[in-house]
Amino acid sequence: MADLGTATRALPLAGFHGGSSTVRLEAAPPAERISLRVRAEDVAALSGALGVDLPVKPKTSASANGRTALWLGPDEWLMIDESGTGIGNGLMQAAQNSGALHSAADVSHRNTAILVSGTGADKAINAGCPQDLSLKEFPVGACSRTIFGKVEIVLLRTAEDAFRVEVWRSFSDYAFGLLSEGARDAAVGK
Amino acid sequence: MLLIHCPYCEEDRSELEFRWAGEAHIARPENIAAITDEEFAEYFFLRNNEKGLTYERWRHIHGCGRFFNAARDTVSDRFLMTYKAGLPKQPIPTAEETAAIAEEKTVETWEATEGDAR
Amino acid sequence: MSASPKDLGAFRIKDAGRHTPAKTARFTFDGKTYTAMEGDTVASALLAHGVHLVGRSFKYHRPRGILSAGPEEPNALLDVSRDAGRRQPNVRATVQEVFDGVRIASQNRWPSLKHDVGAFNDLLSPFFAAGFYYKTFMWPKEAWHKLYEPFIRRAAGLGEAPKEEDPDHYTSRYAHGDVLIAGAGVAGLTAALSAAATGVSVFLVDEQPEVGGALHFDAGTTIDGQNGYEWAQAAAARLKAMPNVTVLTRTTVFGYYNHGFLGLVERVTDHLARPGRDLPRERLWQVRAKRVVLATGSIERHMVFANNDRPGIMLASAARTFLNHHGVAVGRQVGVYTAHDSAYEAAFDLKRAGVSIAAIVDCRSHPGDAVLAEARALGIDVLTGHSVTNTSGRLRVSSMTVARNGASNARKIAVDALIVSAGWTPSVHLFSQSRGKLRFDEANQRFLPDIYAQDCISVGACNGTDDLSDLIDEAIAAGSGALALTGENRFEWTGGMIGAAEGAGPDKVVKAFVDFQHDVTAKDIRLAVREGMHSIEHIKRFTTNGMASDQGKLSNMHGLAIAAEMLGRPIPKVGLTTFRAPYTPVTYGTLVGHSRGDLFDPARKTPMHTLEAAEGAEFEDVGNWKRAWYFPKRGEDMHAAVNRECRTVRDVAGVFDASTLGKIEVVGPDAAQFLNLLYTNAWDTLKPGKCRYGIMTREDGFVYDDGVVGRLAEDRFHVTTTTGGAPRVLHHMEDYLQTEFPHLKVWLTSTTEQWAVIAVQGPKAREIIQPFVEGLDISNEAFPHMSVAECTVMGVPSRLFRMSFTGELGFEVNVPADYGPAVWKAIWERAESMGACLYGTETMHVLRAEKGYIIVGQDTDGTVTPDDAALGWAVSKKKTDYVGIRGLKRPDLVRDGRKQLVGLLTKSPDVVLEEGGQIVADPNQPKPMTMLGHVTSAYWSENCGRSIALALVAGGRSLVGKTLYVPLKDQTIEVEVTDMVFFDKEGGRIHG
Ligand SMILES: [Zn+2]
Repeated sequence: MADLGTATRALPLAGFHGGSSTVRLEAAPPAERISLRVRAEDVAALSGALGVDLPVKPKTSASANGRTALWLGPDEWLMIDESGTGIGNGLMQAAQNSGALHSAADVSHRNTAILVSGTGADKAINAGCPQDLSLKEFPVGACSRTIFGKVEIVLLRTAEDAFRVEVWRSFSDYAFGLLSEGARDAAVGK
Repeated sequence: MLLIHCPYCEEDRSELEFRWAGEAHIARPENIAAITDEEFAEYFFLRNNEKGLTYERWRHIHGCGRFFNAARDTVSDRFLMTYKAGLPKQPIPTAEETAAIAEEKTVETWEATEGDAR
Repeated sequence: MSASPKDLGAFRIKDAGRHTPAKTARFTFDGKTYTAMEGDTVASALLAHGVHLVGRSFKYHRPRGILSAGPEEPNALLDVSRDAGRRQPNVRATVQEVFDGVRIASQNRWPSLKHDVGAFNDLLSPFFAAGFYYKTFMWPKEAWHKLYEPFIRRAAGLGEAPKEEDPDHYTSRYAHGDVLIAGAGVAGLTAALSAAATGVSVFLVDEQPEVGGALHFDAGTTIDGQNGYEWAQAAAARLKAMPNVTVLTRTTVFGYYNHGFLGLVERVTDHLARPGRDLPRERLWQVRAKRVVLATGSIERHMVFANNDRPGIMLASAARTFLNHHGVAVGRQVGVYTAHDSAYEAAFDLKRAGVSIAAIVDCRSHPGDAVLAEARALGIDVLTGHSVTNTSGRLRVSSMTVARNGASNARKIAVDALIVSAGWTPSVHLFSQSRGKLRFDEANQRFLPDIYAQDCISVGACNGTDDLSDLIDEAIAAGSGALALTGENRFEWTGGMIGAAEGAGPDKVVKAFVDFQHDVTAKDIRLAVREGMHSIEHIKRFTTNGMASDQGKLSNMHGLAIAAEMLGRPIPKVGLTTFRAPYTPVTYGTLVGHSRGDLFDPARKTPMHTLEAAEGAEFEDVGNWKRAWYFPKRGEDMHAAVNRECRTVRDVAGVFDASTLGKIEVVGPDAAQFLNLLYTNAWDTLKPGKCRYGIMTREDGFVYDDGVVGRLAEDRFHVTTTTGGAPRVLHHMEDYLQTEFPHLKVWLTSTTEQWAVIAVQGPKAREIIQPFVEGLDISNEAFPHMSVAECTVMGVPSRLFRMSFTGELGFEVNVPADYGPAVWKAIWERAESMGACLYGTETMHVLRAEKGYIIVGQDTDGTVTPDDAALGWAVSKKKTDYVGIRGLKRPDLVRDGRKQLVGLLTKSPDVVLEEGGQIVADPNQPKPMTMLGHVTSAYWSENCGRSIALALVAGGRSLVGKTLYVPLKDQTIEVEVTDMVFFDKEGGRIHG
């Protein structure tokens, strides 16, 4: 059946880029992701299996070995592996190898991500996000599921002036559009 | 727009991240299949809808996703407290207690800073 | 551009004001061109040219001028346009800054401002007294639509709304601050300096182009030995340079909501001649502040006396602003009528600028000694214990009639402007919006903040703090910092009155205006009380006092005092009407912000959207989703396309995008037990590799959602929901899982968008997908109807369902979404070569109706049980608990005669029923007829060669074979009740 070929991947935001003089917007490269659910007593086992210590403090993330674990709720993490972009999902396998009770669901294709960077990045995001993005309240590494305009996002601060906006794929062009408006305003506003 | 303290995120967040989920502390009867019509009506249809202090459920739906309970004054919209789902109905702290709790948070005690090490 | 001083207007005073003479701008007013100085408002620029008449009043069309110099302006509402697309009515002339090329037009007049036909209303004023709407338009009933409503609509509302789409863009920003300070006068600036020094984040917001507040007019204030206004600008410059401070000018705090949430509108381009393309016209700031300092100052009140509304009559502080800030004299022979010392200072400033002061008429017998002495020193005539009892002048005030209080003889004094002051009303609007409670300050006849509902503090004039040193101390304390600052005023002020002045009392039939914009007089308020309105809220609505766009900033206190006097009750007992947001009008553009065009609402597209569009798909909206509706070929209309698609699917096969169906991954050792509780069906009996159609009811027993659930492993289910139901079903499941069944070891994840779903349905479905599937035997024996398996499709890990919503042999190929387009393309290429078609949601609807499959939300409406929908078989009889088990036993849900879903066949096969059509047994019954139910689904079925329909009918299943009727406007359609399956009744095709 090989004559029918192997499917190629089409990213929802392929070709999207934009921003303003103070904000750069780009589509993130593909990544492996799982939605991971673990009870407190099994966090250590999953941390070991995944090679990242799952953070247990709200609004925090942890990174190791190319993998990032984002605390989303008291038993919920979004795991992102930016090195695993091939077919199959290494995170699913790693979680299963833990042998501990958990739920992992492959959401690599459910989400896509927009990288927002520049001195106006926080303002661009605040065009639709009601959270306080000051470094005091939302330091580097902070992450949260939240609202951006009329869609839900997961926001991760990757540097003082850089964020990763994870969004469901069908909401991504809306999110990109609103970020573009926010970026334009961030360049001209206070 | 309300600012709501999520007991799971341990932070105040905008109302935009939440969804109201009706009156709190209405447990689904264990033997629901066997209850009378009147008991079912009481459980499912009838609500107090009180003016003033109410116990209600909220869900941090665009945050941690958790349901939790809140005591809110529907006249002033002031949240008197929020607490995790599954906890019994909490008494409302008096003004003095609220002040004491606030003070407790800011005072460093040996228990607070070293207690974990034991 | 430069202009000679003469071009700038005959009323410009040399060396007065703060504008730069070299910077000018030209504008037109009602077609005539004028030159202004940069920094002028439309009001100051017109006054510079001696133009006082700018509008006609709302009800009586009386000539009106400029009353104030700020946002409280009730009269001078103008139509302002930049170009054809950018026009806004009802702009306050006292707020709009002049820019080069701006076109200004007066409103509410025809044919011209000077000759207005509507002024006839002034003569008819006895008919337009308070409450006239309620009384005049009562009867006859028929006249309402034909006569009264058109009249009211034409007469109501000033200005004309633009009809073109707004070409500007508007932005929105959330922000957080430790302290937000509303108002940047002495108090606000001082509080900001104090707070900023402590390192907290500070927002300082002021509605004017520059900071300074009352320092714009009050030239007698010095701060730290410096001229007050100059000190303010220097203070603002220091604050702007601090990283923790955001200074927003031209920005109004229009709303103070719960929990420190404030709405601000920043006017970004309305003052610019050539704004940059990237600049929004306005920016909405939604600020959450931990603490709010209200430094909103106070607003001067006018005097309520006969004919107090002529052009040329204005607030004393406004005249001072026009002089000291804009360098414009409001007249050459100015009268002063006051109950407060502050107006004296206006007279002093004007006098020093070379303007004659006709007289200061003070209704008090004992004004402040200092101002009296200064007036004498300047040679100004002061008439204490006197009042202005009337004015004259048709289009501009020409005289004031002055009488000693209580005396009958009066004299006329010629004036070309009359400046007035009844004292100052603290601006407690935002405090009240924050739900703070006011107290009445009896001594000074004003309401002041009393009990705070939020973390907020009022400082300065809005808090009734009149003494400058006290004000500075208060502001420093509010900022929680330390600051050394001294301030001095030239004069201490005393006085003030509320209510009608001498000569406008209850015994007098005169027009003494309380609310200028709504033409409410003192007499109207008294009439309201006489008519039985005893609550201030009723009086307000009866007279419409304070209900215009200025929200009664000048009129509320006067109205209240007049009502209290009539009622014989003290003011606090009469009470104040509620202050509501917005403080000043806010454009729709600002409130809408980014939510326009593509950003109005997210348009969700499936991974295959572009490919479908390329195949000519028409799309329909399903929730936020765009779903392929049908795929017309050249020359086909919808009907022809759908007929072809329906035929082809049953004859060959069709390919359908089912990606939008909701998907929830249910994982954990207790997954089956959880689903047992959430669905009416039993799931523990479902073996891995199999799927089952499930019904979900709410606790009340009514159908909530449906969908196919596949069991992938002992502990993993792939649940599907309806497209529209996905979010609420997940919420419903989470609710039960978290709060009722938290002991269960199971978790839920939305995977709707993880999978692109390609449905292939029809006799050739297997043959089409066969070559793409690896690692799975999909023969009928190995993979029968209602099977599910993980496999590889085109090298990609996939989930394959054998299921059908058409009644045909069917598969649904789930591939990770990014691979959707490639797999879809490959499958469609092969399918097309075999004679299959693409089909959309319309064909899907017809095919499922031919099989009697329901759509939740179309064939059910929230009052339908599984049994009503002929799905009783899906309700487990063995389970002891599930959501809905008790509700389904309720007496009303088990009684005979409930509406049941049945099929309907029209007697004429070509007639297609209308969805929603009502069904009756006796078409000749007089109205109101007994309605048995309604049509829920109705289509032309190409495969049946006739129309088909589903309907909810009372006792429907017992009526099979009977004739019923669907009466429409023009005809009555005869129908026969049937079962719900119209095609392949034996159901063999699905197992092909
Ligand atoms: Zn939370």
